[in-house]
Amino acid sequence: MTYEIICAGFGGQGVMLIGELLAYGGMLEGKNVTWFPSYGPEMRGGTANCSVVISDQPVGSPIVSEPDGLIAMNGPSLEKFKATVKPGGAIVYNASMIETASEMPGLKMLPVPSNEIASELGNNKVANMVALGAFIGLTKVITLSSAVKALEHVLPARHHKLIPLNVAALEKGLALVK
Amino acid sequence: MERVMMKGNEALAEGAIRAGCRFFFGYPITPQNEIPEYMARRMPEVNGVFLQAESEVSAINMIYGAGGAGGRALTSSSSPGISLKQEGISYLAGAQVPCVIVNVARGGPGLGGLGPSQSDYFQATKGGGHGDYHLIVYAPGTAQEMVDLIGLAFDKAEEYRNPVMILSDAIMGQMMEPVVLPEMREVTADQPWATTGKKGRAKPNVINSLGIVGEDLERINIELQEKYKKIVDNEIRYEADGIDDADLIVVAYGTTSRVARSALNMLRAEGKKVGLLRPITLWPFPKPILSELAAEGKRFLVVEMSVGQLVEDVILAVNDRAKVDFFGKLNGSVPTVREVYNEINALLQKGGA
Repeated sequence: MTYEIICAGFGGQGVMLIGELLAYGGMLEGKNVTWFPSYGPEMRGGTANCSVVISDQPVGSPIVSEPDGLIAMNGPSLEKFKATVKPGGAIVYNASMIETASEMPGLKMLPVPSNEIASELGNNKVANMVALGAFIGLTKVITLSSAVKALEHVLPARHHKLIPLNVAALEKGLALVK
Repeated sequence: MERVMMKGNEALAEGAIRAGCRFFFGYPITPQNEIPEYMARRMPEVNGVFLQAESEVSAINMIYGAGGAGGRALTSSSSPGISLKQEGISYLAGAQVPCVIVNVARGGPGLGGLGPSQSDYFQATKGGGHGDYHLIVYAPGTAQEMVDLIGLAFDKAEEYRNPVMILSDAIMGQMMEPVVLPEMREVTADQPWATTGKKGRAKPNVINSLGIVGEDLERINIELQEKYKKIVDNEIRYEADGIDDADLIVVAYGTTSRVARSALNMLRAEGKKVGLLRPITLWPFPKPILSELAAEGKRFLVVEMSVGQLVEDVILAVNDRAKVDFFGKLNGSVPTVREVYNEINALLQKGGA
């Protein structure tokens, strides 16, 4: 099985990080994975995205153009990528920044008030983790415990004191999926 | 073995250090900057030298010095910077100085753009600088191969006293993948030919690319050609996937081989007989296997991020015995899986005509 994901949002929303956690979590589960960032002469405040592939087979293209899953942290990202998601795929979007999103036939769509939930936890920087938690709950692409383990590898040691907060945000997101 | 996630550029840099590289000289340019950045941090930890030169020209000539003294020396750059290094590369080839040069290629000509490209294939494999010379050219297809091939590159550079190039691109360099790193290797700079002082020797070791007296130059060139023949006979590497029963074989390296593999997986799941031939050495080129496959009646599609450079070597190898089609992308853009899938399907429907 091969599962392809795009994580997208404004620069600074931490979309590269949640992509890395998905890839690292997949690796910890023994899968083949790739993570590829959009890069180039991008402006501060512009959109950023990364492609993640998690597979039982050797990964072919690291650039995802028809994802199985999309995490969209802002409006422009949802608009840009929603039509590319494969039939039967899943979209988690940040309802704090996207007021209304039209239904996409054949797709599972989950609005997540990421910023509000993050603020309730006392740090709006973990909005990305709320969205990731919801995405993991919706798609089961990796387990929560793999994502938590991945945090220890991906976050630099000086940020490890923030791991409990990040885990709380992941759990809040996951709890949105019944 | 523990797997760690690394960017291709960083995997290559750590692989070089573990293969005994202790000299890095370079000058910044996107999209290879992770290599000097990594080296700047890592080299002092292993008592190595990291030096940001004042230019690419300076960096390649520092390589001449360090490589000539028997050290494992590395420089990296991206396309416009590699063009600046060409004079030095020709001298390194002429003087038979072992070293490794990395090109994390971007789109050209000129300053071009930051997007990935494979349009430096001719430059890498057909000379690039002046004179009748060849580099050994490796094209990694995964982050793991970045590690493995840079180690091999240093070994082969020393074995043949020849510069080796790693031809990567922006995607291979920026992509993160799990890698297993090898143990740190101890290597010696103590080569019998190295210019490390006369010591007990009767004659000094001289490293030079000048052949101006009498028939010196002819002799030098004959020696070089004999060496290149040995490399062609012994060093060809490629990966073949699903070629035995294939009617159509895609030929691609690096990034485009990854895209092609995804498209081929989709087609095989539909029962189509398609395969992949991925050159790992671009020089020496895997000509014998292509020649064999052509004789068996296979047809080929070459997929490149260029207007068609690798395709010329495929056509030469096939030598009119098989049909060779081409699909290329320009301007630093990457073909999508869907585009390659559609291209192959269209060719299969057209049949062998």
